[in-house]
Amino acid sequence: MNDDLDDLKAMMTTPKPDAQKRAADLALAQKNFDNIQGSTDQPRPTPATGLNGLWTGVTTMLSTFTSKGGLTATTALVACGFLFLTPTGQDMWLETKVTPTAPDADIVAVPEVDMPADIVDPIDPMPEAAMSNEVQKLAEVTADDDANTRRVLVPIAPETADVEMMMDMPQEAPAPPVVLRRAPIPNAANTANGVALGAIAQNMEIAPAEVNTESFANADSNPLKVTAEEPVSTFSIDVDTASYSIVRNSIMRGQLPPAETVRIEEMINYFPYDYAAPEAGGDPFQPTVSVMPTPWNPDTQLVHIALQGELPIVDERPALNLVFLIDTSGSMSDVSKLPLLKQSFLLMLDQLRPEDEVAIVEYAGSAGQVLAPTPASERTKIRNALNGLGAGGSTNGQGGLEQAYAVAESMSSDGEVSRVLLATDGDFNVGLSDPNGLEKFIADKRDTGTFLSVLGFGRGNLNDQTMQTLAQNGNGTAAYIDTLSEAQKVLVDQLTGALFPIASDVKVQVEFDPTQIAEYRLIGYETRALNREDFNNDAVDAGDLGAGHTVTALYEVTPVGSPARMTDPLRYGAAQAAVERDELGFLKLRYKEPGTDVSQLIETPILRDSTASTEAQFAASIAGFGQILRGDSYLGSWSMGDAIALATESKGADSFGYRAEAIQLMRLAESLGRN
Amino acid sequence: MTTSDEDLAYAAASGDGQAFASLLDRHYDRLFAYCFRMTGQRSEAEDLTQDICAALPAKLASYQRRAKVTTWLYRVAMNAAHDRRRKQATYAKASDGWGDWENARTAVIHETAEQIDWLTQAMAQLAPDLRDTLALVLDDMTHAAAAEVMGVSEGTISWRISEAKKALKAIKEKEDAQ
Repeated sequence: MNDDLDDLKAMMTTPKPDAQKRAADLALAQKNFDNIQGSTDQPRPTPATGLNGLWTGVTTMLSTFTSKGGLTATTALVACGFLFLTPTGQDMWLETKVTPTAPDADIVAVPEVDMPADIVDPIDPMPEAAMSNEVQKLAEVTADDDANTRRVLVPIAPETADVEMMMDMPQEAPAPPVVLRRAPIPNAANTANGVALGAIAQNMEIAPAEVNTESFANADSNPLKVTAEEPVSTFSIDVDTASYSIVRNSIMRGQLPPAETVRIEEMINYFPYDYAAPEAGGDPFQPTVSVMPTPWNPDTQLVHIALQGELPIVDERPALNLVFLIDTSGSMSDVSKLPLLKQSFLLMLDQLRPEDEVAIVEYAGSAGQVLAPTPASERTKIRNALNGLGAGGSTNGQGGLEQAYAVAESMSSDGEVSRVLLATDGDFNVGLSDPNGLEKFIADKRDTGTFLSVLGFGRGNLNDQTMQTLAQNGNGTAAYIDTLSEAQKVLVDQLTGALFPIASDVKVQVEFDPTQIAEYRLIGYETRALNREDFNNDAVDAGDLGAGHTVTALYEVTPVGSPARMTDPLRYGAAQAAVERDELGFLKLRYKEPGTDVSQLIETPILRDSTASTEAQFAASIAGFGQILRGDSYLGSWSMGDAIALATESKGADSFGYRAEAIQLMRLAESLGRN
Repeated sequence: MTTSDEDLAYAAASGDGQAFASLLDRHYDRLFAYCFRMTGQRSEAEDLTQDICAALPAKLASYQRRAKVTTWLYRVAMNAAHDRRRKQATYAKASDGWGDWENARTAVIHETAEQIDWLTQAMAQLAPDLRDTLALVLDDMTHAAAAEVMGVSEGTISWRISEAKKALKAIKEKEDAQ
């Protein structure tokens, strides 16, 4: 076809792209891709139909109408009224009409849009308009425009909603030039102003990606306490693991996790530890206390407190009533959400016994029971019900919870354990007007014997804070599932622990001896702090310990006379005996047998010369890792490399490979931290 | 067994980051080669490819399942190139003086470094329309496929190619005469 060209072509040399440049370009593309995700999700239609649907639509509109949007809308209305109804205003737009080059529409819209800073888009987004039929294109672009503006009606993007207001408002107004204002948009693509407006149309699509709707529960790191002033430290145990999974997910995606996602106690408690098991017939868990040198500071010590829950004989476990409460809102359609959720629950199904019962409630715009209580032996029926779930609609979290609890209550009979398993991306955008009300609702239900566990899926709008609140009040665990192997860990390997509490409201109180310990600092547990008086108050709720669970807490303590001491001793303080004693402090634990109201007390001294196991060493390395990620200031020059060395040294048997994975994560984080 | 480009693009358009990564990885070299043919300079081609990569995620929404991915990708690339030329024209007007001199100087450095062949050099002298069309056809595209990318009829492509050949011949003769 082009024979004479072929000769020339044979001589033509096309350079290979530079490998480094190539990698950079691919990374840039991926970054922009990730930025856009979330905004390209389908709009969430309200699935209800008919009169009811109209009502739901109106309530949704009213409930999502932000005050900012309202202000902009009314301001725009007044402005339009001024422009078209008053003589001065008419003069103003008549004037602009006389000079046709004046970029009238642009002036209105441009300042309203925040250009997303990290979307690198140097390309004019409208070049297509130049090459094909202008008229057809005009219609198309206008239609696109509509789709985009409708998309940004999500309440989380007030800025973009403003733009929509500005652009739509003139259309509703009666004056004739207004239609012209909207129409020239695609036509103007060749002029500089057109380009600017085109960029806006493009950015309107992108802008919601900037709105990060993830929220995380966290507090500032526990401060250093002076023992003489505050000798007692009180906190509730925490067996959640969500933070570790989130950290892992971030690092695996090539980003260091934001400091607020790192909760050190959840990272430490992610790992199974081989602590001394409680004796049969005694307390349901066994505390182990040891003191060891701090890896990151030779002049301080780490007090390691470990609780090991008993593993009841699995065959004797009571029958289980499970209600899967599944979020099927539009935001769940992502591959890492609903599809993973289905697979995870199918994995768990195989762990259930014939006498266990399963029900499924889904919630989107409205809540509905998908599967009536069904014995776990009817696998196919449950499987089909799970597989039939599809994502769409908004999220009525509260309605779903209410229905799930109603179903759970209908299932429960004496001696059985009922639990609602809520699977969500945490995006409760309808029906949860009052988190405190929901909290109270769950707490009430907890007292009737129905527990709640929360499984988080997906990133982008993960509302970690809501998840934490729900699980803490429902006496359950919050876990974040990002991979199928995490589902395996949470729902298969540790199923018994997750579903059968052996001790409720477990509180820890440590009193340090001011003559021995000058300063102390609790590592992690920021969100679990309790008041000193709460310890003996059985009405105050705390975390539950599941069968076989281990809980680890670490204090960094500075002995009296250590050069690492940060505060000076008081000149006029009480004269202290400088006698060195074996006992550094005293540990007290309170727990309730599940279903009882009166707590039991366990006490044990913290002794100076107790030997630390490799398990404690590993916990310390994870604590160091977490503190580096949080950017805590107590570590000095101790680096990720030191954490890796310590973790590798104390890896132990690691039969599930969790610790090896953690070391891999540290290494990745180390390289990421260098960039 | 590899997934088709079209399936990858579809998955990417619905938010699958891995699909997007592998799609771009698959086509990056080709994209770069095409950019090089359209611009005739390595540095220009690199910048253009980067522009395209940056904008591609936002463009994914415009991908229609029935279209071939390569067709769509070439179209995006071509539009980006047009756009870049337009911007450069504006820029050149603005910085008429030393800018030209500087551009010419860097261009010379690049050309000597690259040992650019005759065709690439000659192509740079063609009209943009002809150059882009030729670049597509040199990329083993049929006239029909090129027509689809450029949104013109097949006849137009054939005509442009013959025009481009004529122009190349003229350039060659002129050089020989010198």
